[in-house]
Amino acid sequence: MQRHLISAADLTRDDAVLILDTAEEMARVADRPIKKLPTLRGRTIVNLFFEDSTRTRISFEAAEKRLSADVINFSAKGSSVSKGESLKDTAQTLEAMGVDAVVIRHGASGAPYRLANSGWIDAAVINAGDGTHQHPTQALLDAFTMRRRLVGRDAGLGQDLDGKRITIVGDILHGRVARSNVDLLHTLGAEVTLVAPPTLLPVGVETWPCEVSYDLDSTLPKSDAVMMLRVQRERMNAAFFPTEREYSRRYGLDGDRMARMPEHAIVMHPGPMVRGMEITAEVADSERCTAIEQVANGVSIRMAVLYLLLGGNEPAVSHPRNTEEK
Amino acid sequence: MDTQASDARPVLEGPDIARVLTRIAHEIVERAKGADDVVLLGIPTRGVFLAQRLAAKLEEITDRKIPVGSLDITMYRDDLRLQPPRALARTEIPGDGVDGRLVVLVDDVLFSGRTIRAALDALSDIGRPRAVQLAVLVDRGHRELPIRADYVGKNLPTSLRETVKVQLAEEDGRDTVLLGAKRTATGAQH
Repeated sequence: MQRHLISAADLTRDDAVLILDTAEEMARVADRPIKKLPTLRGRTIVNLFFEDSTRTRISFEAAEKRLSADVINFSAKGSSVSKGESLKDTAQTLEAMGVDAVVIRHGASGAPYRLANSGWIDAAVINAGDGTHQHPTQALLDAFTMRRRLVGRDAGLGQDLDGKRITIVGDILHGRVARSNVDLLHTLGAEVTLVAPPTLLPVGVETWPCEVSYDLDSTLPKSDAVMMLRVQRERMNAAFFPTEREYSRRYGLDGDRMARMPEHAIVMHPGPMVRGMEITAEVADSERCTAIEQVANGVSIRMAVLYLLLGGNEPAVSHPRNTEEK
Repeated sequence: MDTQASDARPVLEGPDIARVLTRIAHEIVERAKGADDVVLLGIPTRGVFLAQRLAAKLEEITDRKIPVGSLDITMYRDDLRLQPPRALARTEIPGDGVDGRLVVLVDDVLFSGRTIRAALDALSDIGRPRAVQLAVLVDRGHRELPIRADYVGKNLPTSLRETVKVQLAEEDGRDTVLLGAKRTATGAQH
């Protein structure tokens, strides 16, 4: 394991499998009367959120508290950042308070990398989503959900997702979730197909380790898991498709389309869902939709990541700090 | 982590281990007056196999199903900060839980007592047993905490420069307890 978790692409297969296996044990803590472990007692973790996020922040906070860490929540709104403080000064202020780890979400792609490699701070940095770049814990929790459902809870231990066919549908262009998932799923041996209108695919997608299709219907029967992504309206400052109805008709998942998927295949959604847009209520409420499970799994995955990064004296560092060449 | 055992000599062999476990099983039944409410919890890795073997022997003696599980203590260790994070093992609590029952913790080697301290902490997060007892295959002395075993397979006086290595068929392919000289300053400890 590296000292930081910046990108899903940094994880080796063995790192990723170790995180998934650790999360499997962490998940069992949720079934106990006392959902708490003493492992990170005395460690301070700051959740540094420059962008709005409810579920990711709460999920991290739950994971941190279950491991007995001291949690500081920092949101940019109403803080010194709104008065013009730079990332560097904010980070160094936190460092001076003795923070052991920084969980950061930032609107700018690369902000967590900068924080980890600039030498500004000594704390471990965990990326909780940066711009349209990466959201590694989301990819990990998705892979965890797939492994549980498609391979099995116990049967999955030590296993990757070799040969599983995963289809990711929707707004690939603005989605860090898609990019992180492609990186991690490829590492874990799965075959990924992206399905989206051409306008919602990023430049250079042909270099990603995955297939691309514009046709959802032909891809569905060949999928073990179909991940529906929300169309990020807040980032839509251009016309990417004619109308929402047309998008929904061509790329939305309804009951008829779900029936074309193989019997065992699951429907995934990282949330928040927009019912009637990319997914119908019928699909969202069905047994095959894992959206709620993914939320629960998110806490387990984040506990595993925090434990593996902060639980020991030092994670086995494969990259020394301050490697950025200036 | 483990010292290779070229110069290690066996102090218990397969048949000895079987006899020792039979004796401990009888002691448990005797002290618990029939072992009605006994739950065996093994400490991974080898304590789990010992607990399963003990449960089988107890079932033979009492003709009753004995609940057996495992208790991983990694997250409760007091030396977590001294080394890289360890992989977690499985905690499996039998269906009826531990509340109001007699929990017998089972481990292979009792040494500093720190593992058992961690196990007691872990156990208190899972439930409130009526009582907790400890069964170990080997007690090698050198306690660093006020902890003792209720059932001991073999008391093995050792020096701190020696290592004790338990091998069990389920994990290592054979049953034996080896006593050897420590190779490195940071050798295997229990």
